[in-house]
Amino acid sequence: MAAAERLRRLVLLGPGLGWLGLFLVVPCVVVFAYSFFERGVYGGIDYVFTLDNYARAADALYLSIFLKSARIAALTTFAALLVGYPAAYLIATGPKHRQLPLLILVMLPFWSNYLIRTYAWIVLLNREGLINRALTGLGWIEQPLPLLYNDFAIVVGLLYGYLPFMVLALYSSISRLNPEMREASADLGAPAWRTFLRVTLPLTLPGIGAGSVFVFVLSIGNFITPDLLGGGRSVMVGNLIYDQFLTARDWPFGSSLAFLLIGVMLLLLFAQAWAVRRGQEARADA
Amino acid sequence: MAKPASKGIIIGVVVVAAVIIALGIAFWPKPPAKIVISNWDGYMPADLLENFTKETGIEAEHAVHATNEEVMGKVTAGGGKGYDVLFVSGPFVEALANLGLIAELDQGKLPNLANLYPEAANLAYDPGNRRSVPYAWGTTGLCYRSDLVEGTPSSWNDLLRPADALKGKITMLATDRWLMAAGLKALGYSVNSTDAGQIAQAKDLLIEAKRSLLAYDDTTFYSKLVAGEASLVQAWDGWCNYGIAENPAIKFVVPTEGSDMWTDTMVVTAASENKDGAHAFIDYILRPEVHAWVAENILYKVPNQKAMERIDKALFETYPNMAMTPADLMRQEQLRDLGEAQKDYTRAVTEILAAQ
Repeated sequence: MAAAERLRRLVLLGPGLGWLGLFLVVPCVVVFAYSFFERGVYGGIDYVFTLDNYARAADALYLSIFLKSARIAALTTFAALLVGYPAAYLIATGPKHRQLPLLILVMLPFWSNYLIRTYAWIVLLNREGLINRALTGLGWIEQPLPLLYNDFAIVVGLLYGYLPFMVLALYSSISRLNPEMREASADLGAPAWRTFLRVTLPLTLPGIGAGSVFVFVLSIGNFITPDLLGGGRSVMVGNLIYDQFLTARDWPFGSSLAFLLIGVMLLLLFAQAWAVRRGQEARADA
Repeated sequence: MAKPASKGIIIGVVVVAAVIIALGIAFWPKPPAKIVISNWDGYMPADLLENFTKETGIEAEHAVHATNEEVMGKVTAGGGKGYDVLFVSGPFVEALANLGLIAELDQGKLPNLANLYPEAANLAYDPGNRRSVPYAWGTTGLCYRSDLVEGTPSSWNDLLRPADALKGKITMLATDRWLMAAGLKALGYSVNSTDAGQIAQAKDLLIEAKRSLLAYDDTTFYSKLVAGEASLVQAWDGWCNYGIAENPAIKFVVPTEGSDMWTDTMVVTAASENKDGAHAFIDYILRPEVHAWVAENILYKVPNQKAMERIDKALFETYPNMAMTPADLMRQEQLRDLGEAQKDYTRAVTEILAAQ
């Protein structure tokens, strides 16, 4: 029986694990290995061991790019939380038959290509674009606003692209919340804002954490949005890595940067998992 | 765990499988001779390959790359297997040759080489066209809306230190060699300079210029001109023509300080298993009627004298830069591979793009 059970597990788990192993783990190992070799003059790899690629990554220039990316990703995450929380809250506490259609609306943008949606923002935001024309047409502004090709446009694009992840994470967290908790708080005389701050918010922290990590991790690695909506005027770490592979012919340095980025993301994911676990333990103790 | 019997079964299965695979390889019908060509998207007429196959019976497959570096990456990673003909710019011919990834051409199989301009047989990155055949050539300059720009821009400084009215209405190329070329040429240096001091000066100038830029743009700058978002952009001659096609007020000028001269070429990979087919393709392109058709289609100059003589002269009026002669082009500076100094360019460009 035990052998049959083992076989059953192998058959069911095998394809998924094999897929991940072959196409996720193996390439990561290759990239990791590349990051310790020297760049060939004409691209490719010279197989001479070096730690130089990591030393270079600590250069002020590249650190500033890392920090800038983190700042833009953090801004995007914060904005997604501000916009996403009320939306998720209303969907999760609204009537059951409305929840599914509303969630489908949240997911709807994923049905079209990210690149096309990003171009749509160019049409909206550019100097001769819809928003500027509407505002000048109404006489509210005289000169077109610089809405495109700056950090504002990058944050708008990232927020638009990744907001659904925040809403979905928050929805699943808020919909699991027992409404009796809020009723109890209200019955005991707490005003709505106190109920929200002392009951709802702490209990949905895992959802906030999960949504924030999703949005942050996806934003910090994005390179299309800074290129198209940022007009290439800001470099994010994703662009830096892309350039190392596709213009600088410096695969080892690109690999080391990619690995540092993976490291940052893993740390965040672990921190989030740890926070969730601690939250659950604290509740179990209570 | 394994019983002795099962070991025998496994060996048996492996042997039978090996025999089947060996027989399969030996007797499988050979696919018809096919060549794989990697080119930039939209850089040759859409039905060119179809016509080539009709004429020669050689099947041809089209792969697409967005940049020189992309196809270079693919070829370095796989040793060039799976590709027969690559379209790459001049400096990359040098790099690919130094890596041993492209083949020496058999000029006996390329009789149409005789159609090229004499200048096209003596280009610095590959004198004598031993490893590459030029496909299109041109230069980089200023592409502008003559109805929105006052006067006629004539200098790189019109782009880098623009009049107030043009601030925020300028784009530049972000690809390292061309971005740096604008700075280097404005300062009177070579586009192939490897001098650290000159590179640093160009970098500082380009960081200063960044303040008056709308964006860096390698692909849609001409649409920005057409839409009126930008008034003056750094552009390749042929791409400026795509703007002119939509708005005749758009003009192209080569700055007085001079510019680069670039050549896009066709090379045969060393790993090609159908070098005859690859040569046949290159020779087909070099036919006057085919190369002329290419030029009329992509609106770039081609280095083929017989082809340029056949081109509809009306095109030269609509797109004056199509009429630039080889002598005009040769006055510009030919782009060369930078070798080790490529790192310094990359670093400088990263600093420029990351500057606030």
